[in-house]
Amino acid sequence: MVRKNDLLQATGTVPEEPTELTLAEVCRACAVRTEFIVELVEEGVLAPVGQEPERWRFTYAHLRRARVASRLQRDLGINLAGAALALELLEEIEALRTRIQVLGDN
Amino acid sequence: MEFKDYYRIVGVPRDATADDIKRAYRALARKHHPDVSKDPQAEARFKELGEAYAVLKDPVKRAAYDRLGADWKEGQEFRPPPDWNTGFEAPGGGFSPGEMADFSDFFEALFGGGFTGRGSRASFHAQGEDRHAKVLIDLEDAYHGATRTITLQVPEVDGQGRASLRERRLNVTFPRGIHAGRVLRLAGQGSPGLGQGQAGDLYLEVEFRRHPRYRVEERDVYLDLPVAPWEAALGASVKVPTPSGMVELKVPAGSTASSKLRLRGRGIPGSTPGDLYVVLQIVLPPADDDAARAFYRDMAGKFGAFNPRAKLGG
Repeated sequence: MVRKNDLLQATGTVPEEPTELTLAEVCRACAVRTEFIVELVEEGVLAPVGQEPERWRFTYAHLRRARVASRLQRDLGINLAGAALALELLEEIEALRTRIQVLGDN
Repeated sequence: MEFKDYYRIVGVPRDATADDIKRAYRALARKHHPDVSKDPQAEARFKELGEAYAVLKDPVKRAAYDRLGADWKEGQEFRPPPDWNTGFEAPGGGFSPGEMADFSDFFEALFGGGFTGRGSRASFHAQGEDRHAKVLIDLEDAYHGATRTITLQVPEVDGQGRASLRERRLNVTFPRGIHAGRVLRLAGQGSPGLGQGQAGDLYLEVEFRRHPRYRVEERDVYLDLPVAPWEAALGASVKVPTPSGMVELKVPAGSTASSKLRLRGRGIPGSTPGDLYVVLQIVLPPADDDAARAFYRDMAGKFGAFNPRAKLGG
């Protein structure tokens, strides 16, 4: 069932990468517990700037990786290291697909 | 509503064991996971699979579903029998209204009963969920910036706890320099909060629509440029379309097919703008009349020593 709604106005801004998202913001956006993001950092999947977790700042690219990793782990029943590996392979496939497309697949 | 054949969706017989069901589900989940599969149907397929598994993995829900009988066919018009779930302890429940929005009307009619009246507790406050969506824009938008109206399907739960999808239109300004993979954050445009809780944020991930002319890799843009053999051999000045307008390009003498000419900084703008790569394609004039054929024969004579297959040892 789909209902129409009034047109809403919103303006997005693109903060220059690296963009500064806090640990709490990343957790909320991914709907995951803090420990999950901390583990991703420990696993080397995310590399925020800042020394301790309270000062960590993440980019939107980190946020994207964290979301994919959390979904892979949740939906496919794989552990964090497995999700990290899948994530890296998926990114590699994506880069190769782009390359193929650039070289001309017509 | 239409009947859903959960056994067919998971691909197991009706007498499959719990282990069989789990194995079959996992294999299909890996295949159709929207982060893994490029199939545009993957997301719908994955949701359907999740719904089927939510029922079949739960012994109570599965038993209740089995009691509908084995004669129903996928897609058949279906109304739950009035007493279908009597004798079971709460076959519904265990799902948030947000999750329920992803499930079919069929699922909701059978298992969605447990949510009536939920969310009406006035003293409860919570921040709304953040939401995520992908949005397609044109490459030209990245060069000039653009304001576009986008349409989102938003799950919504009414006062009776029923979940539905609502269409929501939003005007979004995409700044110059945006590129695929970038995420825009629209504060307060996610799910509304409960009670006095704040609304969540909306994250929009940008992708480019496939362009008939240009190909994009990060901030670099590629264009195939057809040239005549004499333009490549002798050099020429040709007009080239770029997303930021026509430019005059010097093709150097002695260029070969697939030569890449770089127009520095003519890629997607930014603090370090990308480059535009022009890839030469040598196009032969057709030999479709006597004069043209005579000219090609003449060329064959003049270039008698030329062997295009020299590298093949021919």
